[in-house]
Amino acid sequence: MPQPHLLMCSPKHFDIVYEINPWMSRQRRANPVLAMQQWRALEQMLLECGAKISLVAPQPDLPDLVFTANAAIVFQNTAVLAHFRHSQRQGEEQHFAARLGEAGFQVQTLPRTDLFFEGAGDALFCGDTLFAGYRMRSDALAHQLIGEMLGVRVLPLELIDPYYYHLDTCFCPLTPDAALIYPPAFDTYGRRVLRESISQLIEVSPEEARRFACNAVVVGQTVLTNVGCPKLHASLRESGFEPRETPLDEFMKAGGSAKCLTLRLDGEDAANWKAGLS
Amino acid sequence: MSQDTHVGSSDSAPFREVAEVSGHIIDSLILPKILDAIKAAGGSFQILKIDVGQNLADPSFARIEVRADTEEKLGKIIKTISAHGATPVLKQDCRLRPVDVGGAFPESFYATTNQRTEIRVDGEWILVHDQEMDCGIVFDAAKNRARCLPMCEAVLGQSVVVGHAGVRVTPHERNTQSAGFEFMNSAVSTEKPKGAAVREIARSLFNIRRAGGKILLVGGPAIVHTGSGEYLSWLIRGGYLHRLFAGNALAVHDIEQAMFGTSLGVRLDSGGIVEAGHEHHLRAINRLRRIGGIRPAVEQGLLTSGIMYECVKNNIDYILAGSIRDDGPLPDVVTDALEAQSLMRAGTRDIDFCLMIATTLHSIAVGNLLPAWVKVVCVDINPSTVIKLNDRGSFQTTGLVTDVEPFLRALVEELKSLEAAP
Repeated sequence: MPQPHLLMCSPKHFDIVYEINPWMSRQRRANPVLAMQQWRALEQMLLECGAKISLVAPQPDLPDLVFTANAAIVFQNTAVLAHFRHSQRQGEEQHFAARLGEAGFQVQTLPRTDLFFEGAGDALFCGDTLFAGYRMRSDALAHQLIGEMLGVRVLPLELIDPYYYHLDTCFCPLTPDAALIYPPAFDTYGRRVLRESISQLIEVSPEEARRFACNAVVVGQTVLTNVGCPKLHASLRESGFEPRETPLDEFMKAGGSAKCLTLRLDGEDAANWKAGLS
Repeated sequence: MSQDTHVGSSDSAPFREVAEVSGHIIDSLILPKILDAIKAAGGSFQILKIDVGQNLADPSFARIEVRADTEEKLGKIIKTISAHGATPVLKQDCRLRPVDVGGAFPESFYATTNQRTEIRVDGEWILVHDQEMDCGIVFDAAKNRARCLPMCEAVLGQSVVVGHAGVRVTPHERNTQSAGFEFMNSAVSTEKPKGAAVREIARSLFNIRRAGGKILLVGGPAIVHTGSGEYLSWLIRGGYLHRLFAGNALAVHDIEQAMFGTSLGVRLDSGGIVEAGHEHHLRAINRLRRIGGIRPAVEQGLLTSGIMYECVKNNIDYILAGSIRDDGPLPDVVTDALEAQSLMRAGTRDIDFCLMIATTLHSIAVGNLLPAWVKVVCVDINPSTVIKLNDRGSFQTTGLVTDVEPFLRALVEELKSLEAAP
């Protein structure tokens, strides 16, 4: 297996200075020392999994730049850049664009500026299909355009719970035919689409979903999550995965966890195009 | 698979808007979800078009007409389904694609109607000029101008509208404009009171002449065969006709009559058949071919009466379009069908009223070129001519099923009495 390659951003400027999701409260600011410790522990764990980490330079006034998952959707040599719904995060776009260009990607933007799209936070390959969350942050129409741009099948899924505002907070592909899912975050259509499209769905309990159990980083058979997801870890072990945990509570204050802190540059393991299967 | 389907209720909810959705709308359940959402909100829908992708990666497409009984409800439904990726076609700019094969449009080009059409470019609606059915729409960005263009005239690199998004068509309201024909609403009937209809047509011609408008006559040779040529000459001299479209035959038999007093060998004064009369029209054509055309024949005194003579004398533009069974033809006949069509197209742009008399082929050809707001009156002994015109989309046509001679005689009488009126 080629070396997994992830993009991360140091939490040097991470903080809770605005509120754009129900997790955020300016009454609960980040502890910068603890945040840095937790981020380094995650980085270390990924390095132990054999991953290569590239970094985007942290920027003052862009506290959420740390959530690199939202930078873009990566497909082979193409990165379709995010266009954030909230103005507080739109400043991140230029930094992600520059860094992805530097990393050798052909960086594309959506053909329409009136549509929002928040990168791998809302668009995840599982098998040949790009599963795409919409309503909270990304627009269904943006996903359709990305499907046209990349020539892939896109199945938009409506997100109905504001706590699970990005697809990667309630859904996590593990392999081309297995994924984690928190069903109450989807409407009945979305649940049915997921059940009909993915043969093995591992359901996450409400308590562990609140611990960002679905916001996992998958590197080969290893699944990294926040602490506090014992039931999920047991299920994963049963299915032959190797769950690992590391505390990421500081980032939960901003509505993010392990997956949000990384962008897989060489493609997720669950993507068929990455495995050379499509 | 591509098909036009009519699904859902066909109720008469007055507020309607067309929306499009594309992508993997079947397997993502987005389409059923949108349709459910319309129903749940108290609306109804009709699927106007659905294309289902064949392979896994192929997107599908649906065009849906959303209907509701109040404008507010319609607005709410549109907002709801927009969140699922459906886009009202009128809220999008039109899509443009360059001509990649000369003389042809890109696939899925927007095919025009004869109705007033606008396209949306950069959020602004602009009028499509030269409105004509069965064309494409080309947009010139430098001039910010759109116009209809027949496919054979498409030039590499021109921008052509594709799809229905960003295209707005305003149907012509037949009954609110052009007073005079309200009572002739059914397109064709053999049972209409002819006298009243002719009077209305006469009043229209009279008013258009007074207003400085332009009247086109599209005519067949039966005008001459039935001995009505003199009425037409009177209309020309009276300033009621400004352009004439016909084939070889009308001009040939008109000239035959001027030279020999016959039409197809039949004496127009007595109805008798003249010996070797069948040769008359050939001899007439031959004389015209020897002298080089209608205008030289008039100028050199060879042709001294008739419809074509009056056209030359009164500076009436005429276009004679050829066909494969023409004798001769006269030197004036345009034998290249595309060239003739193109000349006729240019010749219809400023027309306000069109009178089509006793010709099927030329009537349909001209009907195809005219925008829906140009009034058309079709007079034919055969109702199928008017029916064919309507079937091909010239809905503005009102028909009069009658013999040509009594029609033109009555028309001239009506005009004379209008002129005589104080």
